[in-house]
Amino acid sequence: MSLLEPRPAPSQWMRLLSPLLACVLTLFGGAILFWLLGHNPVLAFRVFFIDPLNSANGLSEWLLKASPLILIAQGLAVGFRARVYNIGAEGQLIAGATLAGGVALWLDGSGNPLVAHITLPLMIVAGAVGGGLWGALPALLKTRFRADETLTTLMLTYIASLGLAWLVNGPWRDPNGMNFPQTILFSDKALFPLLFEGLRVNASVFITLFAIVGFWFFNARSFLSYQLTVAGQAPHAARYAGFSGARTVWFSLVISGMCAGLAGVGEVAGPVGQLNLNLSPGYGFAAIIVAYLGRLNPIGIVVSGLLMALIYLGGEAAQVTLQLPSAITGLFQGMLLFFLLGADVLVDFRLRRPRRHPA
Amino acid sequence: MSIPRLELLNISKRYPTVVANDDISLAVAPGEIHAILGENGAGKSTLMKIIYGAVTPDSGSISFNGKEVAIANPAAARALGIGMVFQHFSLFESLTVVENIALTLGGRQDMKSLGRRVSEVSQRYGLPIDPARLVHHLSVGERQRVEIVRCLLQNPQLLILDEPTSVLTPQAVRQLFHTLRRLADEGVSLLYISHKLHEIRDLCHSATVLQSGRVTGTVDPTRESPQSLARLMIGRDLPVCSAPPYQGVIRPRLEISGLSLTPDDPFAPSLKDIRLTLSAGEIIGIAGVSGNGQAELLAALSGETTVAPEAIRLDGRPIGHYHAGRRRKIGLGFVPEERLGRGAAANLSLGDNSLLTAHRRGLVRHGLIDHKAVRAFAAAVIARFDVRGASPASAARRLSGGNLQKFIVGREVAQNPQVMIVAQPTWGVDVGAAVFLRQTLLDLARSGVAILVVSEELEELFEICDRIAVMADGRLSEAIPTRETDSEKIGLMMAGAQEPASNEEVPHVPA
Repeated sequence: MSLLEPRPAPSQWMRLLSPLLACVLTLFGGAILFWLLGHNPVLAFRVFFIDPLNSANGLSEWLLKASPLILIAQGLAVGFRARVYNIGAEGQLIAGATLAGGVALWLDGSGNPLVAHITLPLMIVAGAVGGGLWGALPALLKTRFRADETLTTLMLTYIASLGLAWLVNGPWRDPNGMNFPQTILFSDKALFPLLFEGLRVNASVFITLFAIVGFWFFNARSFLSYQLTVAGQAPHAARYAGFSGARTVWFSLVISGMCAGLAGVGEVAGPVGQLNLNLSPGYGFAAIIVAYLGRLNPIGIVVSGLLMALIYLGGEAAQVTLQLPSAITGLFQGMLLFFLLGADVLVDFRLRRPRRHPA
Repeated sequence: MSIPRLELLNISKRYPTVVANDDISLAVAPGEIHAILGENGAGKSTLMKIIYGAVTPDSGSISFNGKEVAIANPAAARALGIGMVFQHFSLFESLTVVENIALTLGGRQDMKSLGRRVSEVSQRYGLPIDPARLVHHLSVGERQRVEIVRCLLQNPQLLILDEPTSVLTPQAVRQLFHTLRRLADEGVSLLYISHKLHEIRDLCHSATVLQSGRVTGTVDPTRESPQSLARLMIGRDLPVCSAPPYQGVIRPRLEISGLSLTPDDPFAPSLKDIRLTLSAGEIIGIAGVSGNGQAELLAALSGETTVAPEAIRLDGRPIGHYHAGRRRKIGLGFVPEERLGRGAAANLSLGDNSLLTAHRRGLVRHGLIDHKAVRAFAAAVIARFDVRGASPASAARRLSGGNLQKFIVGREVAQNPQVMIVAQPTWGVDVGAAVFLRQTLLDLARSGVAILVVSEELEELFEICDRIAVMADGRLSEAIPTRETDSEKIGLMMAGAQEPASNEEVPHVPA
């Protein structure tokens, strides 16, 4: 007999509790994992979740990683609410980073002081355009040929990353780079200014802050956001009302592409400082988990983005201190998603209560 | 006296805000057809869910064949021999008829022989369905047939039917009643939920009348008049619609000419050269068994499907190529058949559901929602159209069918349409709300609006329409003035023209 029975209506409480439940279960799973690997779980958790935040540098790194995750997830959430499943933010990030990097290379070496001023703004625009275009392609394919965006966005990720590989192996390769697949290091005019001397966190976090406020307002007040919600929750009602299905697809994919592209600029004009093959540690994919863990809510995404960034940091710390493989980060991300999907079942279902039989 | 098939003693069920069932007792004998009569919100649905095991009562006891039982869930109810035909269907759209049926029967099923049994039962009870068709393609009426056949296949001892005749022709209703009487003769007990007083008088042996969760009478309906039944049910005399003659200028508002359409769906009927002129101040009804092209015609009229510009004109302006939003902007109001999911988004509040179509009424400025105006609009609709137990913050799915329909009709009327198209205005709606909705449409028409009503309830069409046309096999008959025809003639047109279609539909069953 099944342990679950459907609820009369989806539980709003469970919608909010489910991410917390997923986090608790991930911690349990992590404890078992550490224990199996021969580490004291309490100590390991200290290394993973507490120590990284013990210093100013730790906090700076935390923000540096949370910022792109939150930014991308904000864009993705718009589409997810409308049931447009863009899972190719990674590719849009790369496309935006590539175009922005191209601008940086193009303007490099110009002695003109005006160019120095406009390099970074141009890179930001180029990143948004690159990411937006990479999102627009699947939108075109979906509205014109009914090609499923889940497939096309993912496939375009590979095209973007191979395109970047060709550029950094070929025309854009640093001539003095010992044949490494990377461009020259960008000059300061092509980098976001640092917020604090000696810490890597930079001004790109303001783009994310702006996006948080912007998406919060968009979500709370705009008619377009309402139309997207209706398209996601009740597609027949959206048709009945005459809301354009094509616009839903275009808007969702382009806006999420632009956010991912901007996050890409944050990397190449920030901690990475050049174009290379490791410019994103999978932010575009992790942001999918961030968006759902944050319940597709602009504020919730901030919390889940900070948590996901901590998992990245903890994973790095665990590699150094505990000699664990780098896959530990992916394992925690995977557990989090796994338990979240599992816990989300309880939104629509509840545990069957054993019934007492009357005497 | 024989042991009752089902006996309820002092059943009560309280919800946080409302007492749904208050000390209800009733008994149904084997072979008895027992009516449960009451308005929406009277507690009929809760009571049926208790019997079917979907809801646990707070107090009281249930006996089945003389033994006290605790019905933990619908599966337990089915195991006891209780079947239920729901008003809201529970079918999987992406599966075929026979697959849906196999799912409820449980265990491994031989699809071929089950398909044959489905065909046999459906033929025997006059409920033609093709077991191999996908439910997705079925109309509301056909889906109901699947639900009924599904129950009959389980040889129930007690069959609960929730408003089963709403989608049948008068002739098919007679056929169904014949079936139900035969089932009763075979010893099956029937609980028959309906608001159609004449049907209950015609079919049922006894009736339990509910009002606000309490039993207000247990009567022999054959000895009651519709008036006395209505008084028990709503506590006062049944209000009657008044249809005064239209005083204004008669001019064509909606002209449909040469509208032909082959839908993408290969199972859906094509529309063949539809012609109709709808004038200011009149209500035209379209009768017909569902699945004969009504859905396709409605989609073409609402703008969910676009057609050639000249095929549809509104006040002389070709609008066939306009999509739904653009048509509504120039004064076309539309109330769809499916209230939840189409006319309203189930999880959104009534306020947010106002925005769905009324966003042009000052609710959105510069792309931003004016939440205060939205709440005010919703509150005004709720007050003016007597939507009970709801506030602008209530989720649409929390409302009963009748109250949600009042809200949707109210939302469209509040936008001052020039032409109003309404599908199944009172489907599954209680008597009080139905009269209110019909009067609303009559008043709207007499104010100069042209109204097209598509309904499977013939009495309703005869009550409010000035002319009636019949839809059969994708063709629309000429609109006949209501007083020049009667339900028998319309029923024959519905069924007669349907004959060739149903031959295609139902495969021959090997003897």
